[in-house]
Amino acid sequence: MAEKFLMPKLSPTMEEGQISRWVKNEGDKFDANETLAEVDTDKATMEMTALSGGTLLKILKQAGDTALLGEAIAIIGNAGDDISALLNEVSTNGGGKPAEAPKSAPPAAEGGLSQPAKSPQPISQPATVPQSAVPNLQSNGGRMIVSPIAARMAADNGIDLRSITGTGPNGRIIKRDIEEALAGGMRTPSSAVAKTFTPSTIVGASAYHDETTSKMRNVIASRLVESIGPIPTFYLTVEIEMDNVITTRKQINATLDDDSKISVNDIIVKAAAMSLLKHPWVNASYQDKHVRFYEQADIGVAVAIDEGLITPVVRGANLKGLAEISAEIKDLATKAKAKKLQPEEYTGATFSISNLGMMGIKEFTAIINPPEAAILAVGGANPIPVVRDGQVVVRNIMSVTMSCDHRVVDGATGARFLQTFKQMLESPAMMLL
Amino acid sequence: MAVLTIRDALNQALREEIIRDENVFVMGEEVAEYDGAYKVTRGLWKEFGDKRVVDTPITELGFAAVGVGAAMAGLRPVIEFMTWNFSILASDQIINHAAAMRYMSGGQFKVPIVFRGPNGSAYQVSSQHSHAIESMYANFPGLKVVMPSTAADAKGLLKASIRDDNPVIFMEQERMYGLKGEVPEDEDFIIPLGVADVKREGSDCTIVARSMTVPLALQAAEKIQAEFDVSVEVIDPRTIKPLDIDTITNSVKKTNRLVIAEESHSFASVGAEIAYQVMDTAFDYLDAPIKRISTAETPIPYAKNLEAAALPSVESIIAAVKEVCYL
Repeated sequence: MAEKFLMPKLSPTMEEGQISRWVKNEGDKFDANETLAEVDTDKATMEMTALSGGTLLKILKQAGDTALLGEAIAIIGNAGDDISALLNEVSTNGGGKPAEAPKSAPPAAEGGLSQPAKSPQPISQPATVPQSAVPNLQSNGGRMIVSPIAARMAADNGIDLRSITGTGPNGRIIKRDIEEALAGGMRTPSSAVAKTFTPSTIVGASAYHDETTSKMRNVIASRLVESIGPIPTFYLTVEIEMDNVITTRKQINATLDDDSKISVNDIIVKAAAMSLLKHPWVNASYQDKHVRFYEQADIGVAVAIDEGLITPVVRGANLKGLAEISAEIKDLATKAKAKKLQPEEYTGATFSISNLGMMGIKEFTAIINPPEAAILAVGGANPIPVVRDGQVVVRNIMSVTMSCDHRVVDGATGARFLQTFKQMLESPAMMLL
Repeated sequence: MAVLTIRDALNQALREEIIRDENVFVMGEEVAEYDGAYKVTRGLWKEFGDKRVVDTPITELGFAAVGVGAAMAGLRPVIEFMTWNFSILASDQIINHAAAMRYMSGGQFKVPIVFRGPNGSAYQVSSQHSHAIESMYANFPGLKVVMPSTAADAKGLLKASIRDDNPVIFMEQERMYGLKGEVPEDEDFIIPLGVADVKREGSDCTIVARSMTVPLALQAAEKIQAEFDVSVEVIDPRTIKPLDIDTITNSVKKTNRLVIAEESHSFASVGAEIAYQVMDTAFDYLDAPIKRISTAETPIPYAKNLEAAALPSVESIIAAVKEVCYL
């Protein structure tokens, strides 16, 4: 019986493939494991092989065409199979556009091809024609097809279904596939791992008391779990000489009344915002199917409050002066502590900064607040002996660590951002540019 | 054990029960002087006379009603329909009266009656004489439905049906009256209603078949074993209602694959009910969608070749088994 041949998953991260070239032509017979076509995936050009023998009846996606995982790219079966119904199916649901039949196509298939709009021809062979096992794939439109008993056996034996190639119709993973996987020794290692330590003396379980978690605590937990789970995070640390910032701040504050004085953190926020505009990949968000780049830098500033923390947002910090940023952060922090923040005041930042320097922390890593691409963990600026021009001098050194979502920020991207950030702080006049 | 045809095994069961219980009598068209249209009642009228073996006019509704009344009054009638096709005329008595009476009288009346006769196709008797209508009767609470496929089952199940205090729809198959099999000679050989039988043990695929499709399924199983080394288990529920779903479920849990072969049409058939129940009780054990082989969606053709094409066959059952086994 003729079957659709669907775009298989040829790399772990592949979502679509482009036919590089067909190795087999319409009408060609093939054996199991023979290469049918070469497919460009996100990683490389891969050979797409048949899992069992048959005949290539119809190519639906020509060389150069792109198909999503699980999309029909060809029809295979036995020579002479009536494929008009399958052609109708793929042409009506867009699974493949009808194409002219090459001269080499077998007569029966050609008859079905040239008039795809006709109703299915009478089946010339009885329904008992042996149905060959079909080449197939691991997923169908992203959804894995597994027979119930196969799913159960896989679960019982600790087999990752994603490692199995289904040999049933449409790539369905069936009992036989699991049995073969088991026979092939894909069983996960036994949990009886040799112990590497001797348990310490047991002193009994610790006493404890329970407090109902606050709503905020729940939100923090779910947000952070959401972050550390699916976000591939890496960390970049840089040391920044803060003496010029400190000097600049003194100069500015000398002109301001007590209520308006700016903090080092305000300058950090401004520097980050200015740097972000120069590095759009950091001022971005990895969405499921696209990367979102933001036009301005809305900086979330982590504020500790009694029940946890919240990150009110300084909108367009790249556009605002230090005094405005400072006043805004003070206002937001006051509201945060009074729990008066409106949702729009603490959601939708494009980048976040967490500063624990005032609490004596030298350096730390922060957890990304999705869907932002990065967060800056700022430690305290402390006087440290450093070598400048061959002389040991004392400088106020601040360590900052940026946590980066590797789905959008690469190592070099992050490093370049931090270079700019460092320049801005070490030469605050840069921020005037 | 004696080797008997299904016809003679049924005759033996009737004779033994007529002797055993004076309340048992047989009634229907041509059952007495003519020995029955299919000779199931051969010799009984001569041996037991007019009061125990009663000829009727061609009046299915009438004699079914007489039977229901007699059962309510304490007798144990065995009403023969020349074929189950003709029972459709009498279905008001069967469904509205026999099936409902015990419930509607608050248990004051029981209706120990057996309706029996051939069900399904014969040989070129065309559209009005070939219906397999078990799903219709199985749909109504109050009726038991029995469909034997061997001589021993025919005897043991008919005796159990006659001794049962509820109305029983007992469906034979005209094509199978001549099938022979060993039959226990014990006069109290009874096969309880509601117990399935594993006709062939296997490990790779289960076929649930009944009546005419049981011998077909057994032949298919042998061919599949020889050709593909696939071991097929064949289960005959024997009683459609109450249905022994446990035996079927346990088999499917072993084989993970199920084909249902039946002579009735597919829509809303007994096979559809079995498929639902297996899905309900053994979903996690299935390796393939359940496959059903039924009679084609057409009035049964008269022409021999078309009739054969419409009915289930060894070949169609083999094809279904191959499909669920991914062969």
